Amino acid sequence: MIHNGEHPAPINVKYFTTGTKILFGIMILGLATYIYRLIAGLGATTNLTEQYPWGIWIAIDVASGVALAAGGFTTAALADIFHREKYHAIVRPALLTALLGYSFVVIGLLADLGRYYNVWHPMLPSMWQGDSVLFEVGLCVMIYLTVLYIEFLPIVVERFRGRVNLPGVLARANKILESMLSIADRTLGRITSLFIIAGVVLSCLHQSSLGTLMIIAPSKMHPLWYTPILPLLFLLSAIAVGFPMVIFESILASRSFKLKPEMPVLSSIARYTPILLGIYLALKIGDLTIRDAWGYVTAFSPESFAWLAEVLIGGLIPIFILSSRRMRHSITGLFLGASLVITGIVMNRINVFLVAYHPLYADKPYFPSFMEIMVTVGLIAGLVLVYRAMVKIFPVISVHTEEPPQPAPMQTSIVAGGK
Amino acid sequence: MGLKRRDFLKIAGVAASSMVMSEARANTEECTDFGDVFGVLVDTTVCIGCRNCEAACNDKNKLAENKDFTDKSVLSHHRRPSLEAYTVVNTFPNAKGMNGQSFMKIQCMHCNDPACVSACIVGALSKCAHGPVSYEADRCIGCRYCMVACPYQVPAYEYDEAVAPRVMKCDFCNDRIHDDNPPACVAACPAEALTFGRRSDLIDLARLKIKKEPEKYTDHIFGEHEVGGSSWMYLASTEFKATELPQLPHDPVPPYTETIQHGIFKYFIPPVALYGFLGLVMHSLREDENGNDVGGHDDTQR
Repeated sequence: MIHNGEHPAPINVKYFTTGTKILFGIMILGLATYIYRLIAGLGATTNLTEQYPWGIWIAIDVASGVALAAGGFTTAALADIFHREKYHAIVRPALLTALLGYSFVVIGLLADLGRYYNVWHPMLPSMWQGDSVLFEVGLCVMIYLTVLYIEFLPIVVERFRGRVNLPGVLARANKILESMLSIADRTLGRITSLFIIAGVVLSCLHQSSLGTLMIIAPSKMHPLWYTPILPLLFLLSAIAVGFPMVIFESILASRSFKLKPEMPVLSSIARYTPILLGIYLALKIGDLTIRDAWGYVTAFSPESFAWLAEVLIGGLIPIFILSSRRMRHSITGLFLGASLVITGIVMNRINVFLVAYHPLYADKPYFPSFMEIMVTVGLIAGLVLVYRAMVKIFPVISVHTEEPPQPAPMQTSIVAGGK
Repeated sequence: MGLKRRDFLKIAGVAASSMVMSEARANTEECTDFGDVFGVLVDTTVCIGCRNCEAACNDKNKLAENKDFTDKSVLSHHRRPSLEAYTVVNTFPNAKGMNGQSFMKIQCMHCNDPACVSACIVGALSKCAHGPVSYEADRCIGCRYCMVACPYQVPAYEYDEAVAPRVMKCDFCNDRIHDDNPPACVAACPAEALTFGRRSDLIDLARLKIKKEPEKYTDHIFGEHEVGGSSWMYLASTEFKATELPQLPHDPVPPYTETIQHGIFKYFIPPVALYGFLGLVMHSLREDENGNDVGGHDDTQR
């Protein structure tokens, strides 16, 4: 499984740098706004109205967040189901990205729910509503998040087995924790495959169903985006953005941790992107043609520019860049291509949920409030910070070494924060 | 919208060709007879814009205090149903009306096949057998998907309620009509612009009115067919295009998403089939591998 002297290991790097300190500041501001939202309500913090019931917390935090976390299931499918073993080096970073991505999607969603404390209601059989698309999305996301945490457990086991050494009064728990870890170690190996496949199935279901959501508003949606194959387009675009997200995050992480980027793996995985993006774009454009909706593209309206920007930035340009072998083998080319795909997919989700949405009786357009933006930005900062802490604690990122590294026994506590 | 529902379903059918869709929505298909539900016929040709219905609704639902419903100046600008008023009376230009305008009362239409009910994630909104679309705040999680879904843009939301905001809309005075009493607004109407009754009787009444005075009424009962029909229906002496009511197709909204949704989950066959397929791939590739790397060809120079 792991070869060529590459081993996932906790990254030994200083946690606080100038960059992380700035991110910390942003996160604290976002957190304060978030808490204020929970106490003061939606009216006090957002620009949402009767006309625009959904804003950027749905379009970016939830819809884009779920799409960008797709790297977890696409990489797992490639490496574990299709057994492309050389990609194992990126399975763990992709898994962690998905795990944190979905966790932050849920945190972001809670801010948007008027009665966030009722978020568990869809789990009660007495409240099940099988006709609701949102019900399916909600249940799938809840189950998938659980699956992601189960998939991450072996990494926790690997890190702490035989090394549990809690100080002081907590020392009594050492034995129990140790035996729990060894039970997990014995069982997980046998059943991980079941969860990996479940993760892929659940992802296909809710990635597509996110696209079904807006189908319920035919009279309010702009024809450039309103199509019955919207769920299929959402699924295909999520699959297409999965690897670019892994590349983007891998290059950023290696730069931040002063590691050599996994260029052979990243260049190789980037080969799939023009193909996957091409399939997505072909369907999108074919659908537009069948629906006879090209007139809306050439209408020179704000919508036509939003559509063209999405297709060029997230489709045609990165297909062009990543089709070039030379570009795939340069860090700049790879990073540029990946960033464009990510930007394009986020633009698409914003377009579907906000730009395409035309209320019947709108007297003023929606633009997010400062506090809405603060929460969204704060969530992203928080995600990056938790990611940094996680890769310091757990063996996630592969480092090149001659011998498998032996992480030093934990001296202080299980939850070792940044030092 | 350049897309009719028939085309929509055709495309959806192709897109979901692996899914069985013909039997979807069997439950709702059975109860397409909405003749027995209660409804109200709004005759805009006799409405005098007195706002008594607004006042009665306000009293019944205890919405706003100290509101002056005799003030007719509000009629000059367009209003929407809101937290403070489940129903509002607006004007629309009409050459046959008084002073070139007519009045139109707006509230929840209580659709026969409501989009909000289909959208609701926890069943907080439901269609009662006798007509009303009612809301149960205790179930609600506050996702506001109902507001996205409503083809009439009716539900309002208590955004300024910090902890327990509710979706706010007309509930057709559910308690009153449960006891065969007309809703408060209908009882308060002095001009007989509002008629309460069984939906099928109201459609007969509307047809009779149109037949008796064809020069007065436009031959269109708004709400008879729009998005599958609704409990509330309208008559006017002008085309409904001229009013604020949206122009909507006859097909109900929920099948748009439900055919896709129920297709994907038909007896859980598609998800289970996908699971089985992936399991097979995972297993067979592992066996073929025989310890050898089956990774695809590599364009990297290792």
